[in-house]
Amino acid sequence: MAKVFQKTKMLTDVPFHYCPGCTHGIIHRLVAECIEEMGLQDQAVGIAPVGCAVFAYNYFDCDMMEAAHGRAPAVATGIKRACPDDLVFTYQGDGDLASIGTAEIVHAAARGEKITTIFVNNAIYGMTGGQMAPTTLVGQVTTTSPYGRNAETQGMPVRMAELLGTLDGAYYIERTSVHDVPNINKTKKAIKKAFQYQMEGKGFSMVEILSTCPTNWGLSPVEALKWLEENMIPHYPLGVTKEGR
Amino acid sequence: MAKLTIYEDTCKGCGLCIGACPKNLLAIDRSHLNAKGYHPIGIERPEDCIGCASCARMCPDCALEVDR
Repeated sequence: MAKVFQKTKMLTDVPFHYCPGCTHGIIHRLVAECIEEMGLQDQAVGIAPVGCAVFAYNYFDCDMMEAAHGRAPAVATGIKRACPDDLVFTYQGDGDLASIGTAEIVHAAARGEKITTIFVNNAIYGMTGGQMAPTTLVGQVTTTSPYGRNAETQGMPVRMAELLGTLDGAYYIERTSVHDVPNINKTKKAIKKAFQYQMEGKGFSMVEILSTCPTNWGLSPVEALKWLEENMIPHYPLGVTKEGR
Repeated sequence: MAKLTIYEDTCKGCGLCIGACPKNLLAIDRSHLNAKGYHPIGIERPEDCIGCASCARMCPDCALEVDR
């Protein structure tokens, strides 16, 4: 019998600390599989964020760096400029990228830095206890919006893929989801494409991945996938927002 | 002929693989707890597994391995 599926060697043996059913684990695996399949194990440098994925450096079996909250694109810029042949990627959540790190991500994309950002959007702050994020949907209940997000006082959720897609420095921006197997396969293709564009020196690339947070959404893992599909995708449409110049 | 290997102590019993299986072969095994304290996933009628690996691709914890 031949192996159809086994854990990629690009992930260490450390078990993920994520809550049961959290899709961070799926996304970690996809990123690692892409690096392994592209044969870039020795050239890959990842930047871990602040947030639930803060321990990403324990899981990826490549060089990893930890950045201050939201500053992963700035750290990645430095690493990529010092080591232009390396595959440099940041792995950031929505609290990290769309809130405190907005300046860094916007300007890294505007400068056309040849880095790849894996942006995990689950519409809430996970690690800190389920507070409202810039990406929280209107009406969504969080610990800091107990009556649901009010568009009048708290604004509308930010669509980062569309926002960054308007910048000339961005080369490839796509939004995908991991709520079922076909979409997981599409996400893997998108990550690989983003990495390929980086290695070809095309410019900034980002894959925004819609993800779940069963614990802070107050849903079971299976219900959370359904909630993502029914509520997040209508506001965050899947697809390529920018490819090419 | 396909074989699904379940690494029980890695499983967190989230159940995401259950919906991914086209043959409906997976279910939470409530007969015991794993080392983490979760009811792990189990396979019913393992002989019916087609080895598509959908469950393994859905698993957030890399707790499943598939041979065919």
